Amino acid sequence: MASTEEIRTDLAEIVNEVAGVPADDVQLDKSFVDDLDVDSLSMVEVVVAAEEKFDVKIPDDEVKNLKTVGDAVAFIERAQSA
Amino acid sequence: MNTPDAAASEHTRGSSRITPPATGAEASILGLGAYRPRRVVSNEQLVERIDSTDQWIRTRSGIVTRRFADEDETVAAMSVAASRQALAEAGIDADQLDCVIVATVSHLLQTPSVAAQITHELGATPAAAFDVSAACAGFCYGVSLAADMVRAGSARHVLVIGVERLSDLLDLTDRSTAFIFADGAGAAIVGPSDEPGIGPVVWGSDGERFDLIRQETPWPVDPDPGEEPDPDGIKGAHVLRMEGSPVFRWASFEMAKVAQRTLEATGLTVDDLDLFVPHQANMRITDVMARALGLPPHVVIARDIAEQGNTSAASVPLALRRLVEDGSARRGDLALLIAFGAGLVYAAQVVRMP
Repeated sequence: MASTEEIRTDLAEIVNEVAGVPADDVQLDKSFVDDLDVDSLSMVEVVVAAEEKFDVKIPDDEVKNLKTVGDAVAFIERAQSA
Repeated sequence: MNTPDAAASEHTRGSSRITPPATGAEASILGLGAYRPRRVVSNEQLVERIDSTDQWIRTRSGIVTRRFADEDETVAAMSVAASRQALAEAGIDADQLDCVIVATVSHLLQTPSVAAQITHELGATPAAAFDVSAACAGFCYGVSLAADMVRAGSARHVLVIGVERLSDLLDLTDRSTAFIFADGAGAAIVGPSDEPGIGPVVWGSDGERFDLIRQETPWPVDPDPGEEPDPDGIKGAHVLRMEGSPVFRWASFEMAKVAQRTLEATGLTVDDLDLFVPHQANMRITDVMARALGLPPHVVIARDIAEQGNTSAASVPLALRRLVEDGSARRGDLALLIAFGAGLVYAAQVVRMP
């Protein structure tokens, strides 16, 4: 089972690839939209890449609840342990 | 009235043979036509009502301008103009058409079909005529039907039209649709050829997600619901709705898989392609699909949306026509077409350029 920090690091890499945000900026307290300037369409790309990377399902209805990097990491942790 | 016994003595039920229909030829697209409405509408003209900016629209859709039809640029009038060009390009006369298929969701009368009216105005009567409701996928559905007709022999030349006046349905205060949808018409003549020019179709539907892109209410009796006239003269019936993020996800990632399956069904790889012409839904969708498919640099990607907006059923033939006009497409090129939209529905095929 991956640690919170491992998930954050991998997610940061995805956010960097999709939206060009420096990976070091992708910290748990950061908002995707307000702090990292990841728009709703890029967010969908992040989600699809995260599904593949972490082998989890992130339904359409769930995407809008993932406001911060911490929300996304927590969702992935829960989904992996389910 | 005959008694059963008397009838039986004169006639044996089901004993006569049906003459089989003629069989057809291989099918190709023989000519393409387009009609772009006169009125160019900039992002600046739309941003105030959706609290947005030109830059916001460009980065989220790639759209710089779109066309909205004027009063006289009706669904039928735009279709006839596009069709005349397609007929001229194909070098055939209207009276050689055996069938006219019109793909549209913005002809505001359910019946009679606009196809019959267009057929008459073109001088193609008594060609068969009907409308297809497959939203943004409508043109590719129509090309598939037309190719099957030509191959089966039920028609020799088929006119396929994709046409929309989505400005009639828009809610210009709706941030998720106001800047996306637009108007226009495109047409193709499908007819016989020695070599196959239209590959196998990969198509389908997913009605579970019927509400992601939808007409929210039935056709309004009054298409302008009593509001103050729009300063730009744009009337909208406020009925078109879309859930942007789920549609983006489905269109970008699921449709890339459909495109890949279409190449496999056609016996081709991305290296064999010259042109990639997806439904002009959103530049971001096109970019994700192109990346997912791994298109090599020599494949020209249609980006008509920048100047035309998303014209639903009209977008693929309009984009094809632009590639011809700007010299990006040459006769004999192989183009992968894929279109997808409300339903949800989708269709894709590889075609050889006329």
